[in-house]
Amino acid sequence: MSAETWAIAQFTVQMALLATALTLPLAIAAGWVLARHSFPGKALVETVVSLPLVLPPVATGLLLLWLFGRRSPVGQALDALGIEVVFTWKAVVIAMMVVSFPLVARSVRSGIEQVDRRYEDLAATLGATPFRILRTITLPLASRGIVAGAILGFSRALGEFGATIMVAGAIPGRTQTLAVGIYTFVETGREEAAWGLLLLSALLAFGAIYVSNRLVEVRA
Amino acid sequence: MIALTIDVTLRQQAFELHVRESSAVEVLGVFGPSGSGKTSLLEAIAGIRTPDAGEVRVGDRVLFSSASRINLPARERHIGYVPQDALLFPNLDVAGNIDYGVRHSRRALPGMPQLRSTLIEILDLGPLLVRRVQKLSGGEKQRVAIARALMTQPAVLLLDEPLAGVDRARRDRILPYVLRIRRDLHVPLVYVTHDEAELNAIADRVLHLEGGRVVGPAAAP
Repeated sequence: MSAETWAIAQFTVQMALLATALTLPLAIAAGWVLARHSFPGKALVETVVSLPLVLPPVATGLLLLWLFGRRSPVGQALDALGIEVVFTWKAVVIAMMVVSFPLVARSVRSGIEQVDRRYEDLAATLGATPFRILRTITLPLASRGIVAGAILGFSRALGEFGATIMVAGAIPGRTQTLAVGIYTFVETGREEAAWGLLLLSALLAFGAIYVSNRLVEVRA
Repeated sequence: MIALTIDVTLRQQAFELHVRESSAVEVLGVFGPSGSGKTSLLEAIAGIRTPDAGEVRVGDRVLFSSASRINLPARERHIGYVPQDALLFPNLDVAGNIDYGVRHSRRALPGMPQLRSTLIEILDLGPLLVRRVQKLSGGEKQRVAIARALMTQPAVLLLDEPLAGVDRARRDRILPYVLRIRRDLHVPLVYVTHDEAELNAIADRVLHLEGGRVVGPAAAP
């Protein structure tokens, strides 16, 4: 396997790890709010949170391209700060985050919903604030759902293609991920390199699914 | 001895709980069959459930008052609560459960090391401290849950059928622990049970609940 193949795999794993690490706190917050609170417009929030799950990733990518491009206020603000997102590794991470977020948030939410609320009530009688209770009781008891969600999100990030190619492109050595690499190698007639990437993708996917299934077994 | 004012209306699916009681007691017994509203009453005092109307006062502290729109959150009520199934935190060991309130409450709690060793002695918890809570028997769980509640120095301790999950032989071994709390720590108790014999042993006033209503102040034994 060539150095180029390894470099692409390494880059993809790094980006996916970073995306997972950044997604997790957001997904935990969203999962907790959706599992434990009711508020007006909750159904709408639930729908928006799940949207990237149903939307074609390419469409998500187009939205991101617009959002971080020079014509949107967000893009302009970032531009003023000298931060470039589109067609950089940052766009790779953002695309991965957006597509994996719904999966992680759902898994966290169901993990939290399985925690008996009476533990939380009891912790309150002992003087703990809601945030303390979340940190010391709810999250530890929901840890399997959270870990499973993180693995699921990481796996989804590893295979991300549609949104990535729209917003980050396929710049060799800069934004090229496994999935994007396979596509461009085939397009440019480098079948052998594509097969190398395929093998690495399969190994990574196997590892992630194996670990996640083992976690579910332990839970059951 | 503490003055306890409970005047609670709480609508439930099956019935409406209505309790009106004001007494200065060391141990207030609440007696009644399953589904009579005993647990709901304790949860209303602890701040886990919000009554639809009424007032809850401990001494001169108002914990809940629908008239003055006061509803202190559970964490500010200083009420110790020991539910029927103990509800020890499964992610912590016995020591972690006992110390939970001290570690995570915002309240400054003076005299902690001494109280801790007193509780460990009174409730005979020494051999349990490093155990996992899943490995404890029903009676052991109850003792740990009592210690966990008392470590926060509550104004009142609510005990929900502490002997329900425990067989006869062990029952006679746990009751003395409860009596020692009353005698040595002077913590007022609200003691819920469906067993009259227990109340005879411990309570100095008894509320008899049925279908959410007080059917008799059941003369003090």
